[in-house]
Amino acid sequence: MQLFPCPFCGPRDETEFHYGGDAGNARPDGAGMPIDRWADYLYLRTNPKGTAREIWVHMNCGEFFVMERDTVTHTVLSSTALGGEHAA
Amino acid sequence: MTRIYSALSLFKEGLAGQTGWQPAWRSPEPKPSYDVIVIGGGGHGLATAYYLAKNHNITGVAVLEKGWIGGGNTGRNTTVVRSNYYYPESVELYSLAHRLYEGLSRDLNYNVMLSQRGMVNLCHSTAEMEVGARTVNAMQINGIDAELFSPEDVRRVAPIYNFSADARFPVFGGIWQGRAGTARHDAVAWGYARAASRLGVDIIQNCEITDFIIEGGRCRGVQTTRGAIRAGRIGMAVAGHSSVLAAKAGFRLPINSYALQACVSEPVKPILDTVVLSPGTGVYVSQSDKGEIVIGGGLDRIPSYAQRGNLPTLETVIAGLLEMFPIFGQLKLMRQWAGIVDVVPDSSPIIGESPLPGLFLNCGWGTGGFKAIPAGGTLLAQLLATGKHNDISRPFDLDRFASGRLIDEAAGSGIAH
Repeated sequence: MQLFPCPFCGPRDETEFHYGGDAGNARPDGAGMPIDRWADYLYLRTNPKGTAREIWVHMNCGEFFVMERDTVTHTVLSSTALGGEHAA
Repeated sequence: MTRIYSALSLFKEGLAGQTGWQPAWRSPEPKPSYDVIVIGGGGHGLATAYYLAKNHNITGVAVLEKGWIGGGNTGRNTTVVRSNYYYPESVELYSLAHRLYEGLSRDLNYNVMLSQRGMVNLCHSTAEMEVGARTVNAMQINGIDAELFSPEDVRRVAPIYNFSADARFPVFGGIWQGRAGTARHDAVAWGYARAASRLGVDIIQNCEITDFIIEGGRCRGVQTTRGAIRAGRIGMAVAGHSSVLAAKAGFRLPINSYALQACVSEPVKPILDTVVLSPGTGVYVSQSDKGEIVIGGGLDRIPSYAQRGNLPTLETVIAGLLEMFPIFGQLKLMRQWAGIVDVVPDSSPIIGESPLPGLFLNCGWGTGGFKAIPAGGTLLAQLLATGKHNDISRPFDLDRFASGRLIDEAAGSGIAH
């Protein structure tokens, strides 16, 4: 069992967390958005091999946060609360 | 020199001291250029090369594999072959694969050990039985063999299932596909490799792609660990690493990579002669020809490129297995592993030209690529030969994500994606 660091609760079992997608995938705004830009936001993913910046939620406390993680070794590099604004 | 595998050649070689056999495929040095390059020496890539040569008479083909052929997901799956899908587009695709599998050993002159032992997807409640009836009706309308099983039918094909009164996942019936079964996964890779090599295809192992050669906005070749290789058209069938290569080519894909685990027990005497899938536990089970119980389940829930898998998912799978078959409680696990699978939002594959002209995709098969190998190869070969879609591959083009015409097989494929 791997432990993930929740910024609110500290280290907790990996099974308590849910993956929420790429960090920084901001919703496009404004009328006349080209359809490709919209599809890009909805579906296309960076899916890096190696260091990744991802949104996660700790399902027990409901905290959303950004976790930097290595997708090959599963080493956690950092874990930061979102603080209300969208992660850049 | 023995070229054809047959009972007669086996007999002759026996008399001749087994001296006439030759390597199943050639291992030539890469040439500077080819008509077509196929990236990825798994089942899909090797099948693509074979059908390029066989169906389209294009033999200036190289298959570039960064490791050894069949060493990725082709060698890591649970070997199930089936076509019990729901949507017409999926039915066309997986039926093509299923039909080709049925003739594959003869076509390739290589025994892929297809065993059509049937597969039952269990229903654990009256509500699931209603959905099961709908699925069976859809399959029959689409021309797929399907039967709605009663609890007695399930008991007949899988008597060792947990039918006790206090079972957590009781059997209300099931969806049966009699033509489903298993095939020897390594043999599929080796058979395609041998047949393709005999038609003139160069299979080049230990040759990793480091970059794409892009000229005039078009893909003209690849840089590899064994030098630059150019080609008129390039196909890629690199499940698990599709996003990594896409990034080198300058685009993104609607894919997340996850680990999918499987495991086998020690070999035991024949006890289960069909494939059983329980949506309740998310576990599916068969017995290999060697006697091992082959166990698969759902995805690990953490995006990953590590081909090993995490413990919580394995625990869930084993717990589910024992719920289904308490009789397996004394079995020892012999091996556990994981493959990295391309998970697409609609759980359907991506076949078509990439955003980089000249580079064609065969990816996104998620947890179900093995059963689709002959179709993936046929369709990518047609794209590479003609630049045009087959009617069967057209709906699976990358453009469906912008147009919104998704083929949402998350339910039809039976297992959590």
